[in-house]
Amino acid sequence: MTSETARLRVKSWICAAVVILSNVWGNFFLKSGVPAQLDTPLDYITVLFRPMVALGVVLLILWMASRMALLSWADLSYVLPVTSVGYVLVALAGRVLLHEQITARRWTGIALIMAGVALVSGGTAPQTVAREAEKANADASGVAR
Amino acid sequence: MRWILIGVIVAATTVGEVLQAMGMRHHGEIRDFRPGALGRVAAVLARNWMVGASVVAMAVSFFAYLGLLTVAELSFAVPATAVTYALETVLAKYVLREQVSWLRWAGASLVVCGVALVSL
Repeated sequence: MTSETARLRVKSWICAAVVILSNVWGNFFLKSGVPAQLDTPLDYITVLFRPMVALGVVLLILWMASRMALLSWADLSYVLPVTSVGYVLVALAGRVLLHEQITARRWTGIALIMAGVALVSGGTAPQTVAREAEKANADASGVAR
Repeated sequence: MRWILIGVIVAATTVGEVLQAMGMRHHGEIRDFRPGALGRVAAVLARNWMVGASVVAMAVSFFAYLGLLTVAELSFAVPATAVTYALETVLAKYVLREQVSWLRWAGASLVVCGVALVSL
């Protein structure tokens, strides 16, 4: 493994952690703040001003931004499985915070997701194609030199 | 009705996320995470049509998902939309030209099965 691959791998793991945590907590606050029923279109707007919903929306904006940052250097086929660890955290949060039962089928699903994440994040480099902008920059600096 | 909504969600999510990946790849690696530098990145991205189109597609997907949740239970909605993992991995290979090794195929397949099991 070259040092460039190692640098991108560590950077990708840190950024993926932000993507996963902001998604899990964003959805958690959104769900805990939204009432059981939304009747009129105006309800969809006014609900955004509830503190819990607003916090959820802010976290989901952070999720979107950090995911875009991650995609600026990492492959989509890397980002998709690696960030799916969020499904596992949601299930575990349900057990710890809401005292939900986790069935044998769910534990099996959690194990499959973790195995998939481990295969992709540990077994493959985050980036397999050179980025167009960087190629252009490299060409430009090559000409300058 | 629910199958139409799932079709809309899957199509809009897939198109939106692939466009987002294309747009961000076009931009290149973000290296400076200071607030001012991130502001400049946002200004550049706002003029990128692929990023703009991806936001529109994801908004369509979000409201279709809200609509689906009113007619279907969460345990049906989440596994049904996990199909996007498989579709997007195929598009990553053929549209984004990523090298999807057998390890990535295996990982994506395990995730699809796992998501289905967790949410059923």
